[in-house]
Amino acid sequence: MSKLVYLVPLFPLLGFLINGLLRKSLSKSAIGFTGSGAMLASFVVSLLIFFDVKNGGGATVQLFNFIHVGSLIIPFEFLVDPLSSLFLLIITGIGFLIHLYSTAYMHEEEPMHFGRYFAYLNLFVFSMLLLVLGGNYVVMFIGWEGVGLCSYLLIGFWFKNNNYNAAAKKAFIMNRIGDLGFLLAVFWLIVKLGTVSYASVFAAVSQLSATDITIITTLLFVGAMGKSAQIPLYTWLPDAMAGPTPVSALIHAATMVTAGIYMIARSNILYTMAPATQTLVAVIGLSTAIFAATIALKQNDIKKVLAYSTVSQLGYMFLGLGVGAYTGAVFHVMTHAFFKALLFLGAGSVIHAMHHEQDITKMGGLRSKLPITHITFLLGCLAIAGVPPFSGFFSKDEILMAAYNTNPIFYYVGMGGALLTAFYMFRLYSLTFLGNFRGTSHQQEQLHESPIAMTLPLMVLAFFAVVAGFVGIPELFAPHAHALEHFLAPVFADSAAVVLACHLEASTEWVLMGTTTVLIVIVIVYAVNKFKKYTAAEPNTGIAKVLENKWYIDELYDAVISKPLHLVAGFFKNTVEKKLIDGAVNGVGKLVSYGSRQFRLLQSGQVGTYILMMVMALVLFIIIWFNDNAIMYYLHKIF
Amino acid sequence: MPIQYYIYLCLALFSIGIVGVLTRRNAIIVFMCIELMLNAVNLLLVAFSKVHNTMALAGDKTSMVGIEAQLFVFFIMVVAAAEVSVGLAIIVMMYRNVHSVDINFLNRLKN
Repeated sequence: MSKLVYLVPLFPLLGFLINGLLRKSLSKSAIGFTGSGAMLASFVVSLLIFFDVKNGGGATVQLFNFIHVGSLIIPFEFLVDPLSSLFLLIITGIGFLIHLYSTAYMHEEEPMHFGRYFAYLNLFVFSMLLLVLGGNYVVMFIGWEGVGLCSYLLIGFWFKNNNYNAAAKKAFIMNRIGDLGFLLAVFWLIVKLGTVSYASVFAAVSQLSATDITIITTLLFVGAMGKSAQIPLYTWLPDAMAGPTPVSALIHAATMVTAGIYMIARSNILYTMAPATQTLVAVIGLSTAIFAATIALKQNDIKKVLAYSTVSQLGYMFLGLGVGAYTGAVFHVMTHAFFKALLFLGAGSVIHAMHHEQDITKMGGLRSKLPITHITFLLGCLAIAGVPPFSGFFSKDEILMAAYNTNPIFYYVGMGGALLTAFYMFRLYSLTFLGNFRGTSHQQEQLHESPIAMTLPLMVLAFFAVVAGFVGIPELFAPHAHALEHFLAPVFADSAAVVLACHLEASTEWVLMGTTTVLIVIVIVYAVNKFKKYTAAEPNTGIAKVLENKWYIDELYDAVISKPLHLVAGFFKNTVEKKLIDGAVNGVGKLVSYGSRQFRLLQSGQVGTYILMMVMALVLFIIIWFNDNAIMYYLHKIF
Repeated sequence: MPIQYYIYLCLALFSIGIVGVLTRRNAIIVFMCIELMLNAVNLLLVAFSKVHNTMALAGDKTSMVGIEAQLFVFFIMVVAAAEVSVGLAIIVMMYRNVHSVDINFLNRLKN
């Protein structure tokens, strides 16, 4: 079964080709059917592969030699193991639901753009599948670049709006910075080990010096920072909201941002051998989690709040990776994929109903008008806030417990972030669905629940957002019930052998878990009560204003990086380019034209002058001919 | 007779030719000066040929060394004759057109 793994990326690729090439001739329903059908087919194959792996299958499938230079051989290979098969399920499953949702959400687009949209979407999923399936860092890098490209194309999908183009460029450039780190890490690996295949790299990890491992892992982490939106490269993700809402769901839940987590989880043995990098990963992850959560407190755009919550949740995943809880991080990727896709698609449904209004201060009271969206969104909020027994509780709890195990400070800060998460999510929920409607009367008349193609994915995702946590029941509740840990054990076996897992005492764990849960519930009740009666926005002051303006980070980057770059560029443009280079080029031209004007005087038409010059030249030649030795002698003396 | 005298004579003839070409403006005289230079070279060729042949005859009575230069001279004279006819034709045509054989007059072709 694992031999058929190439089918998984093949279907989206075919979907991309068909929709991309025939977008002008196919009808909308045919385009939607092709796009979603490719994903469904891919999902079915993924499911088969998943069960095959679960029963002990899995293999490395070599398709052909991608690069063969001297002793360096880089095959184009796919690796099927528990980790990649799990990601396959997440990507194709949630990807399919998002495609289905898009057929309804994007229905107002012209057929040509509709086809373009689905082509990009399929290419996006294809790249992500390549990234996840790749059996070495180079194939992963192809997918890595592919998702960067597709995010650019999709964020700038409505290319007639210049702000959206700017957001797309921002995402692309930020990603490029990270990609450079990834690329350098790959080069470093090739220089040191002469191979990039996972199996041989991980087997040879003991040959690397501590410095090498630290540098490689740090460079890889820089790549992950860009792709998974961590401090300092996170600002592109909130701006990526410029794209259509299903694209945001795809970027945030199933593809793209989880790439960094996947890459580190895949290279877990390297990170386990580099404690310094691990600390860096944990600290960056934790700071991002808190930082993004504080920004989310004061955002009024429904998608921006969700975007910052994604950045924050990604921070938790990195915290998990940093403290060695690889299973926990992957677990959180999975549960997060469900509830974040759910929340984004729910937000899309709200935006659809509100005629593209995204400001939550202008919503309110949508509970009765959008019953399905409301219930599913509420479930998503409960899941992300970490209320037991919803899925977010289990995965977040696992990461926080591992953090406590490493350093209690990590735990307390992380818990603070979790409380912030609960607060801003229920602020979002209350402002959107509770209280009175604050939009225009025209919008109020037009309010309607979304069509079945949009509500069905919501219901499916809500179901998983509720129950997905049960694959990772902590040891505390029932011994050996953590199905995911057993499933992923082979992938993290090497790391587990190095790091001795020391479990917390049951009483400590109960206290921590209980306290967190109680605090979260209190925060939720407080947030709902606070924002239920919300009427109008009062201007923010002090720290709230700073938060509303996202800590002025964009302005800071602008002042520290963009402005000086512009100055340098201006200097090169006005001084170096215009004066130096243009001057040299024009100078040569002027010299030639001046010289030719002088030489032209020689051509007087006087035959006598010509003959005179001829004779003089002959005399000169004769002199040189007979005195060449003497001339050479003097020349040598001079020079 | 030593070879030097021939060389001096040829040098004098050649220099007269050059100075004539450079200084005179009458096309026919310029033409004659060119012929003078040509014949100075011819004379030199014959002189050297004779010297070489004489030196070779001292060793071998039937030697033909150096004799080919005299053949060259005939070639040059033939070519010069052809050249003279073309050149004179040009000068005649020039006179018919501009009623002058002044070579400076020819710079009107410049533009």
